[in-house]
Amino acid sequence: MISRIDKDHRRFREIVRGRIRENLRKYVSRGDMITRKGKDSVSIPMPQIDIPRFVFGDNQEGGVGQGEGEVGDSVGGEPQEGDGSGKAGEGEGDKSVEVEVTLDELAEILGEELGLPRIEPRGEENVETVRDKITGLRSTGPESLRSFKATFKNALKRQIASGTYDPGNPIIVPVREDRRYRSWSQIPRPESNAVIIYMMDVSGSMGDEQKEIVRVESFWIDTWLRSQYQGIESRYIIHDATARLVEREVFFKTRESGGTMISSAYRLAAELIENEYDASNWNIYAFHFSDGDNWSVDDTAACIKLLRETLVPVVNQFGYGQVESPYGSGQFIKDLRAAFGDEEKLVTSEVKAKDDIMDSIKDFLKGGR
Amino acid sequence: MPPVSPATAPDLWELQERIKGFVTEFELDCFTTVFELIDYRQMCEIAAYGGFPVRYPHWRFGMEYDKLMKSYTYGLSKIYELVINTDPCYAYLLDGNALVDQKLVMSHVYGHCDFFKNNNYFKYSDRKMIDGMANHAVRVRRWMDRQGVDAVESFIDVCHSLDNLIDPWQPFRDALPKKAKTNKDEDITTQELGRIRSEKNYLDDYVNPPEFIAQQKARAAKEAEARKKVPPQPERDVLKFLLEHAPLESWEADVLGIIREEAYYFLPQMQTKIMNEGWATYWHTKIMTTRALEDSEIIDYADVASGVTAMGPTQLNPYKLGVELFRDIEDRWNRGRFGKDWDECDELAERERWDKNLGLGRAKMFEVRKLYNDVTFIDEFFTEDFCRRQKFFTFAQNRRTGDFEIASREFQKVKQQMLSQLTNAGQPFIYVIDANYLNRGELLLAHRHEGVDLQLGYARDTLRNVERIWRRPVSILTMVDDKPKRIRFDGSEIGISDEPEAAKVSL
Repeated sequence: MISRIDKDHRRFREIVRGRIRENLRKYVSRGDMITRKGKDSVSIPMPQIDIPRFVFGDNQEGGVGQGEGEVGDSVGGEPQEGDGSGKAGEGEGDKSVEVEVTLDELAEILGEELGLPRIEPRGEENVETVRDKITGLRSTGPESLRSFKATFKNALKRQIASGTYDPGNPIIVPVREDRRYRSWSQIPRPESNAVIIYMMDVSGSMGDEQKEIVRVESFWIDTWLRSQYQGIESRYIIHDATARLVEREVFFKTRESGGTMISSAYRLAAELIENEYDASNWNIYAFHFSDGDNWSVDDTAACIKLLRETLVPVVNQFGYGQVESPYGSGQFIKDLRAAFGDEEKLVTSEVKAKDDIMDSIKDFLKGGR
Repeated sequence: MPPVSPATAPDLWELQERIKGFVTEFELDCFTTVFELIDYRQMCEIAAYGGFPVRYPHWRFGMEYDKLMKSYTYGLSKIYELVINTDPCYAYLLDGNALVDQKLVMSHVYGHCDFFKNNNYFKYSDRKMIDGMANHAVRVRRWMDRQGVDAVESFIDVCHSLDNLIDPWQPFRDALPKKAKTNKDEDITTQELGRIRSEKNYLDDYVNPPEFIAQQKARAAKEAEARKKVPPQPERDVLKFLLEHAPLESWEADVLGIIREEAYYFLPQMQTKIMNEGWATYWHTKIMTTRALEDSEIIDYADVASGVTAMGPTQLNPYKLGVELFRDIEDRWNRGRFGKDWDECDELAERERWDKNLGLGRAKMFEVRKLYNDVTFIDEFFTEDFCRRQKFFTFAQNRRTGDFEIASREFQKVKQQMLSQLTNAGQPFIYVIDANYLNRGELLLAHRHEGVDLQLGYARDTLRNVERIWRRPVSILTMVDDKPKRIRFDGSEIGISDEPEAAKVSL
């Protein structure tokens, strides 16, 4: 159901993304990109458009607060206008707010926001082993699973509450209702796990901004996939005219220069899968990011052959994200699309700017593979 | 969006009837109040629209909506109550809230309704604003059809930029009968070019020597000049001035008029936020804890209620401040802790014992809620005792570390800081001085500097927006770093120059 405010909301988001009303760009504070903060949490700024008005400048005078403390003590945080947890009528808010969330919460929110379907692990031949694990207490159960500690604790509580407990003569007699038993739950442990292979073009034409986009996008893909699988491995391949396996840090920091031969990366990926990740046991995901400027038509043909014969058959999904660079021709994506138009497992996406990252992730992950 | 009625929500209707009973018992005086039951998304939508179901199309409402929905999603905050200043009074209940929450919200809402109806600053409020807002929306949409969305939206942005340039006393001034400007005696003298009437003609040269006549002529010329000057006095309602004097197209004038009307509508709410929230909190507490709460609901109630009145170290929570002030007033007027004797007594022991058992607290509270606004409320009732008991302090930024630190617990400093934040809703005083500045039809504004500079970047851009409406160069006089300056926009460039006149402007 479209509601009246959706129109206004959409217009606001378009302005924030700089797609319309260019003159308002300078008043936009904090885009709506989510940034990592600390080990397990991220901060989410909320974008604001601050229309200029005649207002006071520096809040040099500070403000008024309430509470304990001596003169000179720190009060922490920024001065804010508080309005409790409710509003009556019109309210004015003019600070962009940051909030911390854990990665799990974030993955959930991302899933909801982008409408991502939960991933169905592939292959019926994957066997799930089930383990029984003692996880808590129940009030009924077999005597062999009695928990003496819990039972007596309960009895003690009851006796104190009803006043029949005498500390001088500490005798506790449990009653039927006090009894507690260990209980268990079944933990499924899927045999299959997931591996993500990230490939990035690090030839001279990939600038810092492009790498930043790749970094952010792979962070998101990583976060989402991690929330869908018990265990996940990530492998990183960088390439220019040749490809090599690297660690995560290197993946993002390298600046090579040289021509671009994408087939080198695909070949290496295929090798990796064959050597270490048996397709029947692993859910394999591969993502390749480049600016689309491959060395030659022949090399592109080789890539397509590699994809068709060795990569696409074994992966859950192969995603190709093309970032825009001033030097790249952007031809590769067109070639891929021409060759694999109907192939469901191969998804292409163009990521022209940071704002497109969310849409790109949606493209990659909406298949639910 | 069904209103709560016996047919649509019998439980809530019964609850409302019960609460209404208590409201009457406590002698609160409200317009008919209608509750509507809505889900969270609708709540965010209506809240984004300032409490109204419809507003003119604009991205700012989308922005507010975005913020509210995200706050909810990320667990930052949750809207509990939403009520507007109309007759009948409309309020919204969140579907899915527990019964104890709905009780609290209803009680709180009735507090607001009583405040809206009785506080003097709302006296000239348009209580049929729901229709008003809908009408504004229709007009704006019509202009958008004719002039294009971008053109109208950009113009609305310009109007928003100037929407704090109104005169809070305007509604009251309009209501007063206009006095004739001229003075009868003056008439006679000026008619005769400054001659003072003399009974006998032979005395004329003594009573009206030539120098005196010349002086009077000069004075008359100056006054005639002043009367021609537009505006004759510095004008605070800049929007009205622009509507009357700027070369606006008819659609622009219509839109600007709408923005101005809405700014005036919301103004009393900004002027009385602390009192209004304090009043509503006082009554929801009173009703809940003495009448409406079941035993089983106490913990949930306490949880919610404490959240509402939580005070952060750097936040002034209007709910908390307002309710504590009202409670203090009630206590003081019950015990007779007011008046000359009380003010002059400085013996601690005697003050602690002081209790004349006057029982005037409740009546005083009702009187206060009628007559005061936040500034006068704080000015009169924020006392040293109160400040100390409630542990108020001022804080400021440590230049070196960038941290905010407690600066002072001195009563006068705390009160001063609070008042300066509240005065004019924290906005600078801006006036129109001259519509024919430099005799070139330029517009001259002035900022009444009271110690705090304007935000320069914004001021420059706002000036551009004024020019967009005035269509000729505009300037503003202000102080920057203690130096009198003039900022001028001529249509293409911003210039800041020294301007000694800026220091001399008296407003």
